[in-house]
Amino acid sequence: MEPVIRVHSKTVVISSSNIDTDQIIPARFLTTTTKEGLGRQLFADWRYHADGSPNPHFVLNRPESHGAQILVAGRNFGCGSSREHAPWALLDFGFRAVISTEIADIFTGNSLKNGLLPIVVDAATSAWLLEHPGADVDIDLESKRLTLPTGVSVSFPLDAFARHCLLNGIDELGYLRSKTADIERYEAARTW
Amino acid sequence: MRTLFDKVWAAHVVVAETPDTPAVLYIDLHLIHEVTSPQAFSVLKGLGLPVRRPDRTLATMDHSTPTSSDQVFGGVPIKVDAAAKQVRQLEQNAAEFGVELFGMRDARRGIVHVISPELGCTQPGMTIVCGDSHTSTHGAFGALAFGIGTTEVGHVFATQSLLQRKPKTFAVNVEGRLRAGVSAKDLILAVIGKIGVSGGTGYVLEYRGSAIRALSMDERMTVCNMSIEAGARAGMIAPDETTFAYLKGRPRAPQGKDWDLAVARWRTLVSDPGATFDASVDIDASALEPMITYGTNPGMVVAIGANIPTKTGDAVFDKALHYMGFHGGEAMLGKRVDVVFIGSCTNGRLEDLQAAAQILKGRKVAPSVHLLIVPGSQEIKRAAEAAGYADIFKAAGADWRESGCSMCLGMNGDTVPAGQYAISTSNRNFEGRQGVGARTLLVSPFTAAASAVQGRITDPRGML
Repeated sequence: MEPVIRVHSKTVVISSSNIDTDQIIPARFLTTTTKEGLGRQLFADWRYHADGSPNPHFVLNRPESHGAQILVAGRNFGCGSSREHAPWALLDFGFRAVISTEIADIFTGNSLKNGLLPIVVDAATSAWLLEHPGADVDIDLESKRLTLPTGVSVSFPLDAFARHCLLNGIDELGYLRSKTADIERYEAARTW
Repeated sequence: MRTLFDKVWAAHVVVAETPDTPAVLYIDLHLIHEVTSPQAFSVLKGLGLPVRRPDRTLATMDHSTPTSSDQVFGGVPIKVDAAAKQVRQLEQNAAEFGVELFGMRDARRGIVHVISPELGCTQPGMTIVCGDSHTSTHGAFGALAFGIGTTEVGHVFATQSLLQRKPKTFAVNVEGRLRAGVSAKDLILAVIGKIGVSGGTGYVLEYRGSAIRALSMDERMTVCNMSIEAGARAGMIAPDETTFAYLKGRPRAPQGKDWDLAVARWRTLVSDPGATFDASVDIDASALEPMITYGTNPGMVVAIGANIPTKTGDAVFDKALHYMGFHGGEAMLGKRVDVVFIGSCTNGRLEDLQAAAQILKGRKVAPSVHLLIVPGSQEIKRAAEAAGYADIFKAAGADWRESGCSMCLGMNGDTVPAGQYAISTSNRNFEGRQGVGARTLLVSPFTAAASAVQGRITDPRGML
């Protein structure tokens, strides 16, 4: 995995709360057997009309969203299913970070394992970001700080291990496999 | 003094958690299906790794599989090409890696969260994972069971372990007794309505109290299944005589002397008196009514006789009601119904079908309604046919199918047409979940069957 140290980008705002993984990528697209190309189906039911043409009113179809790497969303982003297709689709589209006041557990884990940053911020920072789409935001993993274009800087929580893996491009499976001797000992010691 | 969760967690810690590193947690049972496993098998192939413990891995196909008999048993090909490819891929992967597969025509096939308990694979005190968020279902047996992503499916394949931070604990205390016509589904919808769709984020729920103890295993599975709809990755219920009676004699449950030893160990899997939880909520079961959702997440729920709430200045609430074609202040009872779906890992078990049969016996589905009844497994299908439920369904005009996830999620050909209202016993009423533009209302099997007969949203208590 490529190291992730910093994301600096303008934002795209989808202010809805409780954006579930069925919105991020509907189930009918999960018949794929690879990870590639899912960006086309990101937010498919909001992004396209029934005939497949783009909905020009949806934010991702507007020219000002082009090239944005940070998605700002309402509370409880990524709830619902465990489909890792959700972060795969966001990454394939070009996003590198999602910011909300709450992000669902399974989505958080899936995102971190793929280099998509799930950034949880306080209500005031979130409110400012929701009100200022297109704002230039800096996310620095080393200092665990998010900086707004106003100069206001806030810290965000991030699991120490996930941060270490992201900063150094470490694949978690490699770490887990380094514990094989412990796993063997555990299996041997189990009496039930 | 430890909680049930603490005990199961501690028994599976391979390497302890530190501030810098998560715990290495051993996984007893890894359930896999066709949708979230292919990319994980690809990782193994890329690294030249085997599945470490095929004996702790069990595969089936349920999400993208069709439910019409001719497609399942080969009269006609699977209509969705990509789904057919996914099914073939799992067959190839299972053969290549030596994983036991209950394939398309296997008599033991079904929804992954239905067949594992049915076979006795799901047991108290286990850690169970699957690339599916409704893995929380297995917590009904006092297992620690949760959904994982595909990268983690690969981790379990390779190491039979996962990197995990210890979650917090949340006691859901449910006292009293459910009244007639009020089911486990209504209970869990009420819990989600009370704590909210993110109220359980970061927690493992433990359902406790006299109302929970009085539930059957089918009902306990319905409750634990929807823990994730409150944001909790897992929900647990301490095993008891009901649990042991359910498991005894099942094909993969311990037998003979092993059974006695297992039960002795399982009896220790309760929260100690005085064990403390990080959060708690109290629910009075005897005050609950049949519940129904009116919006686009499971927390947007009211008692069936209530009106849709009114809120001003809440854009998200307005958007949900606009999607549903509803207005604040309207009554739920009497609203139009187009499609009724009875099935899923939430409510596709024998007792659910029995409840539907109780309502449908001697009655007809309203002519304007398509009632689809999909058993959770082939075993349940056979049992429902033997018990006469299938005959009742067919006589009522219902569509009786082969097992699978079916209309719970629109990826196998069973979908709700755009704009139509679907009364569904499944678990998610998200926008488009059952098909593009589909409008889902989550209910119990009683309410679903009663509404199918009337063609309108109906309180089942008048029809029992």
